[in-house]
Amino acid sequence: MNWDVILDPATIQLYGEGLLVTLQLLLSSLAVGAWLALLMALALTSQQAWLRRSVGAYTFCIRGTPLLLQVYLIYYGLAQVEWIQQRWDDVWPWTHFKEPFFCALLAFALNNAGYTAEMLAGAIRETPHGEIEAAQAMGMGRWAVLRRIVLPSALRRTLPAYSNEVVMMLHSTSLASTVPAMVDVTAAAGRIYSDYYLPFEAYMAAALIYLCLSFALVGLFKLAEGRYLAYLAPRRH
Amino acid sequence: MNQQLTALLLALGATSAMAQSADLKVAIDPTYEPFTFKTADGKPTGFDVDIANAICEQIQRKCVFVEQVWDSMIPGLQAKKYDVIISSMSMTDDRKKVIDFSDKYYNTPSRVVVKADVKVDDNFNGLKGKKLGVLKGSTQEKFALGELKSKGATIVPYEAQDQVYLDIKSGRLDGTVADSVEVGAGFLAKPEGKGFAYAGPSQDDPKYFKYYGSGMGVAMRKGDKLKGPINEAIKTIRANGTYKKLNDKYFSFDVYGK
Amino acid sequence: MSGPWSIHRAAAPARGWPPDYVLMTGYFLTILEGAALTVAVSLASLLLSILLGLAGASAKLSGRKTLVAIATLYTTLVRGVPELVLMLLLFYGGTIGLNSLMEAMGSEATVDIEPFSAGVATIGFIYGAYMTETFRGAILSVPRGQMEAAWAFGMGRLRTFWRITLPQMIRYALPGFTNNWLVLIKATALVSLIGLQDMTYRAKQASAATREPFTFLLFAAGLFLLYTWVSLWVLRRVEARYSLGTKRGQL
Repeated sequence: MNWDVILDPATIQLYGEGLLVTLQLLLSSLAVGAWLALLMALALTSQQAWLRRSVGAYTFCIRGTPLLLQVYLIYYGLAQVEWIQQRWDDVWPWTHFKEPFFCALLAFALNNAGYTAEMLAGAIRETPHGEIEAAQAMGMGRWAVLRRIVLPSALRRTLPAYSNEVVMMLHSTSLASTVPAMVDVTAAAGRIYSDYYLPFEAYMAAALIYLCLSFALVGLFKLAEGRYLAYLAPRRH
Repeated sequence: MNQQLTALLLALGATSAMAQSADLKVAIDPTYEPFTFKTADGKPTGFDVDIANAICEQIQRKCVFVEQVWDSMIPGLQAKKYDVIISSMSMTDDRKKVIDFSDKYYNTPSRVVVKADVKVDDNFNGLKGKKLGVLKGSTQEKFALGELKSKGATIVPYEAQDQVYLDIKSGRLDGTVADSVEVGAGFLAKPEGKGFAYAGPSQDDPKYFKYYGSGMGVAMRKGDKLKGPINEAIKTIRANGTYKKLNDKYFSFDVYGK
Repeated sequence: MSGPWSIHRAAAPARGWPPDYVLMTGYFLTILEGAALTVAVSLASLLLSILLGLAGASAKLSGRKTLVAIATLYTTLVRGVPELVLMLLLFYGGTIGLNSLMEAMGSEATVDIEPFSAGVATIGFIYGAYMTETFRGAILSVPRGQMEAAWAFGMGRLRTFWRITLPQMIRYALPGFTNNWLVLIKATALVSLIGLQDMTYRAKQASAATREPFTFLLFAAGLFLLYTWVSLWVLRRVEARYSLGTKRGQL
């Protein structure tokens, strides 16, 4: 096996640039997705049936179709829409749809939001009813109950499932390699493969990078769980 | 022990096809109208496909077409996923280092295509700030990165040539560098090609030889014994009029070139 | 379009014939054929993942250190590497590896790992890890007394598993199993990236060839939604069947 090509400075630089793109995509899609998910979770647990149904339909579509198709639809499909084509040279925010990074980001963020919203909604629904009753007895209005009782508790309870979702999102960023002009870690490995004909070495290197990143993320979440879910930890004394 | 191991490996590849002496596996990238493309029902068709069938008839093997993404064409050949590549592959010196080619079976130059109102001179000045799409792993990509990037153009590599046309149509790209015949039939002749035209000179100048090589040939693994029979087949179909018939089916000029 | 590079019109269809809707139908039919392939890949992968899941779960529950270590390595690897990278590694790297092995043994033959096999192997391998966790949780949920009673009757380990543990385990495994299955269906779209001509591959090609991405991609997305819906319906019926005789807590 020929590892010299992989350890070559130019190759390492290519992987490094890919790593930067992967991290950029991951962090920005998580940031956007998290806020969207919060709003959608509130809609899913609201009293208004139309809100519940429309957001429910959205999460059904997102969770029922592959991310790959979602990426293609946003990158190629939306570009076909004449209304957007006419505006994307001058009118903000449509100018962003021309950029591959934005399209990838949008696809990942929407996907992430769909899954996280369902998780968060489930946690909100499972809030112990006694706590909500007590808050209402104290005279808190709906928003106060949400803000001070339900959400802090629900966000903490979602943490384990959310950590899974974040690792899944890291893996999903490898699909950015299918968008033209996006060079993430997987695309960098593909470049090395087609230039030097070394598939095993190129993709092994990519796999190792993702493995390290996943471990780092899981470690970070374990720390977070130690702080925010300390009450669930086993007794140490 | 050796036999058992072989049997085990054969079982592993149970759903895979072992190379048979009758079938010739031919790799194509069917996104390259009119040389290699697919009709709506998924049948491979085009000039390359017809030439492949004619060659197979001559060497008395059955052509089985395998689709492959362009930038993994050569690695796939080396991995023995197929036996030959007949998909408008240019015979460049770089490629000749790793694979063998037959004699050429056609030769057409490449050109830049942008909107008709963009003025490009003979040295390709005038492309500053333009986004050009190219096929990943193609000779046009090497040319664009070598010559046009320094003139200020942004080069964006794509997986398949028809995806370049999708993005030109939507406005993400300003143009492309592609085989002049391919872009003529696959883009300029279609409604979305309206308003676009060739720009700059034809890229068959000797100073671009290092990018483009000497024409398109049939690619095979280094040292493959198929080279002789395939060359004979090409000579035969050129001599007996089959080549001219296929040529005239798609083109109104002689695509064999110089 | 004139000049030396004009294309002979006989090859290009004259405008208006065949009419667009006829051409488009051809593409839609091709995508439906691809859908059959998608279903085949997903069912084959499911089978492989169930086998690997059962093996992994029993390894983790066996208590023997080496088996537990191997199973833990397996699940860690799968959770740490993206599906796409594993698939590309297996498909491109695996073929060259196998062929080098054959050459080293002096064989002239070539073994080609087809996209179908590579896709099924990868997806089955990945979801085997998730099934391991699901089955492990489910087996642990079956009251231990059931198995002890079976051993008291003289049933061997395999018979106990087949007749006592497995039927009861199914009920506990179903939610996790359904989840894994739904995610698996969508993962099959990735095989289009290694060249298998499934729904997604054909939809992408059709969209690039006709310059109408929205149409064909939405059609493929719709087919996936249909597949998800049908799966949910079937699995709900299975859950009802296996929950006969149990009482559900009422809220």
